[in-house]
Amino acid sequence: MTARRPDPDALLRRVQEESARARRGQLKVFLGASPGVGKTFTMLEAARAQRAEGLDAVVGVVETHGRAETARLLDGLEVLPRKRLDHRGTVLEEFDLDAALARRPALLLVDELAHTNAPGSRHAKRWQDVDELLATGLNVYTAVNIQHFESLNDVVAQITGVRVRETIPDSILERADEVELVDVSPDVLQQRLREGKVYAPEQAGRAIERFFRKGNLIALRELALRRTAERVDAQMRGYMAEQGIRETWAAGERLLVCVGPSASAARLVRATRRMAARLHAEWMAVHVETPGDQGLSAGEREDLLRALELAEQLGGRPVTLSGQSAADEILDYARAHNVTRIIMGKTRRSRWRELLRGSLLDALVRGTGEIELLALSGEEDEEGPPRTAPATRPSTAPEYAAASAIVVVPTVIGLLVRRSGLVVPPIDAAMLYLLAVVVAATRFRRGPALAASLVGIASFDYFFVHPFYTFSVSDVRYVLTFGVMLVVALVMGNLTGRIRNQAEAAREREQRTSALYALSRELATARDREAVLAAALRSLRDTFALEAVILLPDDGDAVRATGPAPYPLDERERAVAQWSFDHGQSAGRGTSTLPGSPALYLPLAASGRTVGVLGLPLGDPADFREPARRRLLESLAGQTAVALERLALVERSRESEVEVEAERLRTALLSSLSHDMRTPLASIEGAASTLLQEAEPERADRRELAATIVQESHRMGRLVANLLDMIRVEAGTLQAQKEWQLLPDAIGVALLRTEEQLRDHPVTTSFPADLPLVPMDEILLEQVFVNLLENAARHTPPGTPIEVGAVNGTREVIAFVADRGPGLPPGEEDTVFRKFYRGGTGGGIGLGLTICRGIVTAHGGRIWAENRAGGGAVFRLSLPITGTPPQLVAEEAAWTALPPSSS
Amino acid sequence: MDRPAPLILLIEDEPQMRRFLRTALTANDYRLVEAVTAKEGLAQAAARNPDVILLDLGLPDRDGLAVARELREWSGTPIIVISARGREEDKVKALDLGADDYLTKPFGVDELLARIRVALRHAAHPAGAAPDPIFEAGELRVDLPGRRVWRAGQEVHLTPTEYKLLAVMVRHAGKVLTHRQLLKEVWGANYVNQAHYVRVYLAQLRQKIEADPARPRLLLTEPGVGYRLKDE
Repeated sequence: MTARRPDPDALLRRVQEESARARRGQLKVFLGASPGVGKTFTMLEAARAQRAEGLDAVVGVVETHGRAETARLLDGLEVLPRKRLDHRGTVLEEFDLDAALARRPALLLVDELAHTNAPGSRHAKRWQDVDELLATGLNVYTAVNIQHFESLNDVVAQITGVRVRETIPDSILERADEVELVDVSPDVLQQRLREGKVYAPEQAGRAIERFFRKGNLIALRELALRRTAERVDAQMRGYMAEQGIRETWAAGERLLVCVGPSASAARLVRATRRMAARLHAEWMAVHVETPGDQGLSAGEREDLLRALELAEQLGGRPVTLSGQSAADEILDYARAHNVTRIIMGKTRRSRWRELLRGSLLDALVRGTGEIELLALSGEEDEEGPPRTAPATRPSTAPEYAAASAIVVVPTVIGLLVRRSGLVVPPIDAAMLYLLAVVVAATRFRRGPALAASLVGIASFDYFFVHPFYTFSVSDVRYVLTFGVMLVVALVMGNLTGRIRNQAEAAREREQRTSALYALSRELATARDREAVLAAALRSLRDTFALEAVILLPDDGDAVRATGPAPYPLDERERAVAQWSFDHGQSAGRGTSTLPGSPALYLPLAASGRTVGVLGLPLGDPADFREPARRRLLESLAGQTAVALERLALVERSRESEVEVEAERLRTALLSSLSHDMRTPLASIEGAASTLLQEAEPERADRRELAATIVQESHRMGRLVANLLDMIRVEAGTLQAQKEWQLLPDAIGVALLRTEEQLRDHPVTTSFPADLPLVPMDEILLEQVFVNLLENAARHTPPGTPIEVGAVNGTREVIAFVADRGPGLPPGEEDTVFRKFYRGGTGGGIGLGLTICRGIVTAHGGRIWAENRAGGGAVFRLSLPITGTPPQLVAEEAAWTALPPSSS
Repeated sequence: MDRPAPLILLIEDEPQMRRFLRTALTANDYRLVEAVTAKEGLAQAAARNPDVILLDLGLPDRDGLAVARELREWSGTPIIVISARGREEDKVKALDLGADDYLTKPFGVDELLARIRVALRHAAHPAGAAPDPIFEAGELRVDLPGRRVWRAGQEVHLTPTEYKLLAVMVRHAGKVLTHRQLLKEVWGANYVNQAHYVRVYLAQLRQKIEADPARPRLLLTEPGVGYRLKDE
């Protein structure tokens, strides 16, 4: 292996990126360390400079924050009017994305990249607006502060003590074409702040003062500088990789972060992202669903989902595995994906719990082998949401009652025994109660089991422990019995609960699998689109109790509902679905694109192509955030998409079969027609020519007649040929068998074939000496020149000259046939090529020129007619030189002496 | 006449065509055997040993090309194929399979007789040997042993390749030669798919030996098939 050969994969990726970038607009980011450094000011100055150079720079949205110097820069720049959104009575002004897309300036200024859009806007965040602008090829200038970058969120919070809520993905900065750091020293910035240049004096409150402490400013400035430097570093490395300069770091680092239901998960994800960025490594966030997950609280679930979503936003791959042991699943996955480092948080669980359940960290340490393991401190986030009760369904009052009732049974048995005169020893009674508690615990969960054991203890004490019918206890050893009963209830109740949860999880998995299986079976047998759609909708109804609607594109790629929609699917909703279809991304409720819609739209994606959109009315946006449900939904959508695509392919192949069959029939018909019409003509001409040959010289009239037959059958033959060619042109089956040829060849043949008709016209030819080879069909082109020459002969008076030849064009050759006849009627230069157009004096049937046009068009060329200065008409046709002309090894020596004999 | 008149085998299914050809050929002192199907034609060819075979490519029972191939397996008799316009591919195939010439329907009796004469002449001097060391047609005069060329009495200087090309055409004067045949003979078997060589050199040759290179009278183009050197 050569050390300097560029990695082909990296090169390919680069080429793809470059071509994607060529289509995308250019993004320039003005990056600042904190508010007030002058980003907007610098951006406007840059835009004005572009404007002065004649570039169409337009302000999409700019916040001046009442700064007069900045506002002055807006003079003379076109500012797009803002969109006014009515939100619950208040009118909010927002950047108008559609106006910007419609205006299409060469350069658009969009300030405050981290801004959160007003409710009712298309995207939740402004950076998404910018992303869409770039995707349509618009160039954008934007400004943003360093504290808004997602992966720096914790760091900034640590430095400033303020948690920034408006964050943007780091990839924006990484994908920007240009980043300009607007840098001001902290002293100058503080000076500006004091002068009220950053915030209007009335705004400069305490919080702001705290934020603008010099220590903060220095730290933020360092962050911004380092980020910019990292970018330069990345560009340098990109260059090195491209040039085949060996990388110095271990190749192929891959990080895996374990994500669990904890508030610190997001922190771990961010830390991993920073580490991955430094290492230029791929990374993934993995969560293992274990049976224990069923007992997660809503808050814990939320933490988990948020961490996984965050990983995706930050460019990592969120992965959810499921299994009995988290450690085993993680290790298997890590080995299968060549992970080099596993990152996890240090647990803050009690030692007891770890002894009982085992610790994930220990299990991983034992199993990682050569994989590095990093345990980061899992400090609790101060902003973690308050914990709520476990998500498992609480036991109901009837369950408590039933559990308690079970314990009545041993009481009744004991009392009956006693009534019959037998003594009931307390130890037997205790056994009976224990049995009852076990029964209750196996039937119900922990709560009712506990209640049953308490009732049991009380009854045991009351009825069967001396003194009877009091709650007092004479012997202390019964306290131990009570304790045992309590512990048994707890342990059994817990066990039952776990088993139930597992059973429930298994049942749910089973349901998912069977839903998918049922759908795939139905889809496999579905013969038409209606059946596929019905099966998909039925499956959604059965699995999620959801009435959905499927939208499919029409010929113009506009999506249309395929059935009655279960919710009002108005033009606005259709637009959301259209967006989802066009971009191949989900949109609507529960997503960050057009979340105001009542429905969630999932693109039906099959083999890289979107075939439709699934519209799901969601009551609660969180309905499909849970990975398992989401995955199931996506699998259903995926299967439907594949089935739809399969049908489309089947249809297309059937259509092409029909086409091939029609084509075959047409060709057969044409060839039999041409045979049946030409054979009699051949006999007529042959027979007449025989007569002509044999006729005695003195019978001139006979010779005349025979000659007429020959001539006319000749003409008839040409008419038939023209008609057949015409049919081919019309049917679009005229195919040029192109070969690299010389035009004079075809023209020479045509001149020879029209010799008879051209008898009365002096014909001159002219070709440049360096006429190149042209890809063309010799036979068809000969036909073109025969038609043009016949036309010229037919429509011009005898004795007038005809010129024919060619000239070189740029990557084409232009041939011409010119005459000195009456010319074309003015304005009819194009009409002459129409079918059955017959000019002036008769002769043809008006197909010759139409056929010429058909043939030239089949060569990718053009044919046109003009009147010449000085009288007459000229027909020109261009033949493009496409492809690479063949090489010709030239002969070295000209004729020198007699070469040695070779034959 | 010390020899009997040449025997022509006509394999043609159209009765009208057969009638015309019969009249034309017998009137010009040829003897004629007729066959209506490919099977009958092959049988007649074996039984009668004709001097020239006229073969229509559009036969009802078998592909004319297959008949040509089969005939060539055991017979060197000149074959002239007859086919309609627009079937140039078939003609090229037939010629590359070993047919000697072709006629495009409709054709006149003069053309027919000319083809038969050329075929008979080449059959009498096999292996491409020119019947005459000096070839003359129109203003062109080629001295094959001396390797010299004149046009209108003026000696013409050709490059080795041009001369080789002209010599091949002279040896097959009057007969059509496909691009493939010319490429193989002049440039060698490796060049058979490089038809542009023939086209370019032929254009050069025309510049030197044709009176009006744009309207060639000697080196004729047979569109879609190849070239023919006119010899009479």
